[in-house]
Amino acid sequence: MSAPGFTNLNSSISYGQNPATPHRNGPAQTYQPMHPPTGCYGAPPQQQSYPTIPAHPAPVPSKAPITNSAHSANYYRSNHHQQQQQQHLSQHHVAPSPYSASPSSAPPSQTYATLPSSAPPPSNAHYSQQPLQQQHHPPYAPPGSYYGPQSYHAPPAQQSQQQPSLVPAPAVGPGAPVYPIVSYPSAPGSSQFGTLSSSQSAAAHGVMPTQMGAPLHQYGTTRPASTAAVQPGYGVAPPSHLAPTVNGQGGTGHQHYDQSQPASLSYDSYGDADHPPSGTPSASVHSSPGHHQGGDTSSSSTGSASPVPNSYDNLEGGSYPDSMPPSNHMTNQAAPYGNYGYPGMPPAYHQGPAAVTDSSPSHDPYGQSSYQQYSQPFPNMSQLSAALGGLSGVPELEVAALRPVNLLQERDLLPHRPLEAPEPNLSPDLKKVNCCPQSFRCTLTSIPQTQALLTKARLPLGLLLHPFRDLQQLPVITSNTIVRCRSCRTYINPFVTFLDQRRWKCNLCYRVNDVPDEFMYNPVTRSYGEPHKRPEVQNATVEFIASSDYMLRPPQPAAYLFVLDVSHNAVEAGYLKYFCESLMDNLDKLPGDTRTRVGFLTFDNTIHFYNLQEGLSQPQMLVVSDIDDIFIPSHDSLMVNLKESKELVKDLLTSLPGMFSESKETHSALGPALQAAFKLMTPTGGRVTVFQTQLPTIGAGSLQSREDPNQRSSTKGVQHLGPATDFYKKLALDCSGQQIGVDLFLLSSQYTDLASLSCISKYSAGSIFYYPSFHCTQNPTQLEKFQKDLERYLTRKIGFEAVMRIRCTKGLSIHTFHGNFFVRSTDLLSLANVNPDSAFAVQMSIDDSLADSSLACFQAALLYTSSKGKRRIRVHTLCLPVVNQLSDVYAGADVQAITCLLADMAIDRSITSSLSDARDALTNAVVDLMSAYKNNVCNLQQSGLVVAASMRLFPVYILSLLKQKALRTGTSTRLDERVFAMCEFKTQPLQQLMRMVHPDLYRLDDMSDQGALHLNDTVVPQPHLLHLSADRVTRDGAFLLDCGNVFYLWIGKSCDHLFIQDVLGFPDYASIPATMTHIPELETLLSERVRAFLDWLQDKRAFSSTLTVMKDNSSAKASFFQYLVEDRSEGPFSYNEFLQHIQQQMS
Amino acid sequence: MAFTFAAFCYMLALLLTAALIFFAIWHLVLPEYLIHFFFCVMFFCAAEWLTLSLNLPLLAYHVWRYMSRPVMSGPGLYDPTTIMNADILAFCQKEGWCKLAFYLLSFFYYLYGMIYVLVSS
Repeated sequence: MSAPGFTNLNSSISYGQNPATPHRNGPAQTYQPMHPPTGCYGAPPQQQSYPTIPAHPAPVPSKAPITNSAHSANYYRSNHHQQQQQQHLSQHHVAPSPYSASPSSAPPSQTYATLPSSAPPPSNAHYSQQPLQQQHHPPYAPPGSYYGPQSYHAPPAQQSQQQPSLVPAPAVGPGAPVYPIVSYPSAPGSSQFGTLSSSQSAAAHGVMPTQMGAPLHQYGTTRPASTAAVQPGYGVAPPSHLAPTVNGQGGTGHQHYDQSQPASLSYDSYGDADHPPSGTPSASVHSSPGHHQGGDTSSSSTGSASPVPNSYDNLEGGSYPDSMPPSNHMTNQAAPYGNYGYPGMPPAYHQGPAAVTDSSPSHDPYGQSSYQQYSQPFPNMSQLSAALGGLSGVPELEVAALRPVNLLQERDLLPHRPLEAPEPNLSPDLKKVNCCPQSFRCTLTSIPQTQALLTKARLPLGLLLHPFRDLQQLPVITSNTIVRCRSCRTYINPFVTFLDQRRWKCNLCYRVNDVPDEFMYNPVTRSYGEPHKRPEVQNATVEFIASSDYMLRPPQPAAYLFVLDVSHNAVEAGYLKYFCESLMDNLDKLPGDTRTRVGFLTFDNTIHFYNLQEGLSQPQMLVVSDIDDIFIPSHDSLMVNLKESKELVKDLLTSLPGMFSESKETHSALGPALQAAFKLMTPTGGRVTVFQTQLPTIGAGSLQSREDPNQRSSTKGVQHLGPATDFYKKLALDCSGQQIGVDLFLLSSQYTDLASLSCISKYSAGSIFYYPSFHCTQNPTQLEKFQKDLERYLTRKIGFEAVMRIRCTKGLSIHTFHGNFFVRSTDLLSLANVNPDSAFAVQMSIDDSLADSSLACFQAALLYTSSKGKRRIRVHTLCLPVVNQLSDVYAGADVQAITCLLADMAIDRSITSSLSDARDALTNAVVDLMSAYKNNVCNLQQSGLVVAASMRLFPVYILSLLKQKALRTGTSTRLDERVFAMCEFKTQPLQQLMRMVHPDLYRLDDMSDQGALHLNDTVVPQPHLLHLSADRVTRDGAFLLDCGNVFYLWIGKSCDHLFIQDVLGFPDYASIPATMTHIPELETLLSERVRAFLDWLQDKRAFSSTLTVMKDNSSAKASFFQYLVEDRSEGPFSYNEFLQHIQQQMS
Repeated sequence: MAFTFAAFCYMLALLLTAALIFFAIWHLVLPEYLIHFFFCVMFFCAAEWLTLSLNLPLLAYHVWRYMSRPVMSGPGLYDPTTIMNADILAFCQKEGWCKLAFYLLSFFYYLYGMIYVLVSS
């Protein structure tokens, strides 16, 4: 525990807050100096931390209750502890036995028990050694050491102390406020364990501290040098650090608690365990362990600095007074210790690599057994990860993926169900913990060893990330120390190697790092000495609650500004009413806390601000007509606290649609409005939501129409894909710098130069929504989609002032990013806002050979401020095998990810170069792959197009890409729609993107329950995927086309009447209306199945899709057939022709 | 031996090229282009056709490069939103090194040219 205590302290100080430097500066130095002495002292320093606890106690009497009841802040632990403790305590206090019984504590307790018993008899050296060893394993080792010394030296004193504590505790125990007792009894030590206890133990503490205090001082004096060094670090750290961390954490979610709680529990249990023994002399020993952890917790709990320091001193003194003599002894013993105990100790404490190595040898002489036992699991782990890494294959899968497929002969290439991400060829252990492919995916699940191999494979290497995805289950970790690699700052993750208990090897830069003591305690299993079982090491996706080290300024409140177009055009479109309704409905669901701020701004040829200051009887409109030099008429009343001004906001939303209904103003001053929004939001940062319905015509940023409608279907190339002005880009960069994200809703029926406007969102990490030909009455489909999107948009999670860094194994480097953000340095993305629906992609290259590693890892860390004002870090880690055979590279190719990455690259190319260039590049990608496969892998001299089975869909997907709105030529495509499709490609997550590129086609009228999913009590049929070809769409069937954001239900002319009756509720085909956008809820089996299937598809996506029922003869037929990409209905090639074209190119 | 206009041009080019060598590293785009353009004009006036022809490709490249710069309202060549892409960064660096080499060579060429003109006239 001493170790934990230390680490905690240290961590709290140096680690937690100064991730990098602190370690080196404070900790490193302090550590070693500290620790060595600590070996003996170990206890004392820890106790020092304790002291804080006692301090609490002292002041606590009153506090105790508070902590129990109120102090969530102290620690989740504390809360939990308290709760649990209370339970425990009651038990504990009543009967010591529970303690010993407490399972988690059991191992430690044993060690302890052994220690005390064995220790006393043997020489001090023995003691210390054994404890150390044992302790090492469990975090407690240090405590053990402590104990050792303490028990040895100060046994009497401690006993006395403990006894007192015990006594009071029991007394209290019976009473409701058990809490204090428990912790106290463990008192010095125990207090550490359960911060709660420490803080809680009020009365008892009072006594204790005094005793303690005296000794502490002595201690300090006695051990001038060593302690002094240590103490400074501690003293400083605990108060300051703890306080901030505590505060921050306290606020944080309960989730933390979960883990922390366990921790606390464990602590408690520990303490408990201690107690039982503590009842006797041994108890004192336990207390020390308690100190360590308790110290952490306590320190955090103490939060308030002032009491702590005093208590600190007192405590230390108190606990040590007894120990003091020991300390002297220590010095005396120093020599013996130094050789034995010290070496051992330092490792535990310091985690220093050297120390560790030393320790093991030293241990051997001492107690090998214990150490080995502990250490064994680690080697196993490391062996597993290292040895099993990429090697243990799944041959069958690989063979299947490598099976050569002759595309000219095999026509049924689609799997029955939508394609899943290929599984990396990893050992089952690693596979189990690997990052979910929906969050983090690589185009090649087997990373080629060298750039030469990658070039030979002719496949792009890149990552597709969806880092802020809504997750069902996310471990949230609160800890004083966020364990990171010291040189590359990688967060500890499941793929690091534990060299032994005290050291881990970074999987990205291969540096050997120390395991902080705090990390030795596993809150989940409530045991010590199992760093590899910590949640950080068990989950590839975790979220940390960050300390103030990760803040440049206090976390901002959630701030939302709505910028609304109210020109004549906007009034015509009629979106305002629906926006106001939707916002009104979702006002309470806007993510945020009590600090949430909102503001509104409308514009036509002037800018209108709304004063919503609390206390006004109704909103005041302030008009600024000088759009050339925009200014903010009032600085504190335009962005108002939502909670305080909710009535005014509602007033405004009610009256807003009517206010402009007579507007005849046709000009739009979007640029000045955005400048005003920027100025309004600058103090806080936040989200600006812009609704725009026409081309901005006056003021800064005004645009000209650049589209020539006659060129829409030109095959020559498309002009004006890039911005016409850099006004929006510059403004976006300014916004990004002030942590303002701009989201754009474009609702227009005419050309609005999205290519220029989109820059405002692209570089400020916003999102773009486009509703072509939006009209509230004439286009109900768009209206419905707008309403649904808006609801999702307003209520979805949001992260503010975020940055994302992507790290990868040494030898790999990132060279291009795709998505909406501003790239601040070569690996740092600045995201003013981050939302759960946007994805990112990066391209990578292999700089150095990866031959010295069997695994390649990638880590994306997203640091953001939650809407509740908490700073959080979400970390995803992906691990992939490294291969040196071309066939293995092909076997692991992820055709969907490759398609998406190529789409991103093609869009870049079409903007910087030309559309035809981009299209050629896509075609060449297929040709290159085919040639490379034929020449290098496939030995059969087959004629025709042969490709690995894993890539068999590649030509289809590329052909689909070429027929997408973004990249197609020869088909009439509006420039805005094309640009919007490009934006979508850049930001949509892979699953959604793949449905847009290559929609899923199902036949619904002959669905069977075979292979159906049973979810809850509904049966979800799983019809097979069909090829996107008109010959699959028969006249006698009903087909569902899932295009990502829209469903088309195609009803054939001679479709079964039963289906039409049962599902659509019409007697026959002729009576189906031309426009039908909903499926009625009928009580028939078929209707239930169809609706279950649609709901099931819907559940998997963020934005709900609209449904359109289509008849064979309807005018909308073309929009259905344009998705049948394997036919020649659109564009120059059918699938067959495309294959032939490729074959020609290859020869 | 007389100090002709051509010799003056070479001397000026010599000094300016020394400055360009640093600009090639620091990427001061506009000054670099202007200086290079300036002594190209000087050589044109001095009728040093060989030297001018050696510099013309770079001049053309500069014109092309500036014409095809990203859409920007201010002067400049590098777009903050794309410059951090490793591809573009690498390209710009490579460009810088190539120019550095060119300027270094031309430095000595101008030195030689100046002396030659001085001696031959």
